[in-house]
Amino acid sequence: MIWQQLQSLIGSYPLALRGLAMTIALSLLSLILGTLIGFFLGVLRTKGNRLIIRVIGAWVDLIRGTPFLVQIFLIFFILPELGIELDAFTAGIIALTNLAACFICEIVAAGIRSVPTGQVEAALASGLSQWHRMRQVVLPQAMRVALPPLVGQYVLLIKDSSVVSAIGLTDLTRVGWLVVQRVPNGLLVFAIVGAGYFVVCYPLILLARRLEKNMNAAHGEVQL
Amino acid sequence: MLENFSFRTITEYLPLFGYGFAATLWLSIVSFAGALAVGITLCAMNLQRSQALKVPAKIYIDVIRATPLLAQLYFLYFGLPRLGVVLPELFIGILALSLNSGAYVAEIIRAGILSISRGQVEAGIASGMTYFQRMRLVVLPQAFRVTIPPLLGQAIVLVKDSALLSLISVSELTRAGQLLASDRFMPAEGFITTAACYLALYYGLKTLAASSERWLRLRPTGNLK
Repeated sequence: MIWQQLQSLIGSYPLALRGLAMTIALSLLSLILGTLIGFFLGVLRTKGNRLIIRVIGAWVDLIRGTPFLVQIFLIFFILPELGIELDAFTAGIIALTNLAACFICEIVAAGIRSVPTGQVEAALASGLSQWHRMRQVVLPQAMRVALPPLVGQYVLLIKDSSVVSAIGLTDLTRVGWLVVQRVPNGLLVFAIVGAGYFVVCYPLILLARRLEKNMNAAHGEVQL
Repeated sequence: MLENFSFRTITEYLPLFGYGFAATLWLSIVSFAGALAVGITLCAMNLQRSQALKVPAKIYIDVIRATPLLAQLYFLYFGLPRLGVVLPELFIGILALSLNSGAYVAEIIRAGILSISRGQVEAGIASGMTYFQRMRLVVLPQAFRVTIPPLLGQAIVLVKDSALLSLISVSELTRAGQLLASDRFMPAEGFITTAACYLALYYGLKTLAASSERWLRLRPTGNLK
């Protein structure tokens, strides 16, 4: 019995590969886009004018305060009503990128705020332009604080990409859902699905921990 | 365009949303209580010296953190009947949320306990306190204060995560939105109302977290008087 199930599971490996490819494509694309937009918004959030800061803050709150599932439904079902036709993949990318950008914006903003004002003043006194102050003085130091939560955010993003299966994208979780209809062994099927996520996410979690440890050690050095 | 956004339909469906709101609220509260129980147990296991207790807790926490909640939910939903355990969807949902959040709660509590300086524990030992006295009288009262704000943050995450239960057809807030969307072909009305309800819960919890932080800052050594 279990042997037959295993055989039929092995038979569905092309589907599993497609699901894995979909999960990787979704996570990677939205991770890159989200990081770029998030950094941009994060800098604006600390340095932009007051109106921009307010608008970004309100948007971030809106995204943080609603479940990701509801955001996906809103994007997938409402953008077409506004005249923007989009397929499930684009909707998934938009939703994930938006989510990532909002959280990364907060992480980057917190990193920038953690840089002591003296550093900026010293850069000002050395006659550095605003761009150079940001790029050469503030951001390198902000990155040190921002990096561990940033990696943690990537883990969350990969995990959240499973929710797009709700609008019919065949990602890893959806594949599990499809396979379990044919092979009625939920424990086995979803243990394999979980293992698929685990091999990607766990190294990242370890990396985040390592970065955090290194950061604490480095800070200790500075304080000496 | 959204110019024919129908508030009248929303008022028609208001009882459904009220029911969904109440369901999300109480199932979140029950799941959070479950998460606290799971978290405290895991944390207690994790802080022991014995590897037999420590290693399983660590593995559990890492596995939960490295896999999506949706996969965990389906694991229980499709897996439990296989083991001969047939539970209503609602119970499976609450179980999944408790087991998932419990891992995060364990880490929060552990961070709180480890934030208490070594000297406090040593002073406890020097005063001749037993392990349980030290924990109960010295470490936990102080750790408790540190953990309140991140625990409320986890509660916010849990409320949002509970939306996934709609995918195993538990009737809660997101399900109410889905029903309105599919019955009347009005996804905008359905999901915007759903989002508004979640935002109300979010701002409520956020205000609570902010005021608890202020309250704790005003009484930095309140328990040491």
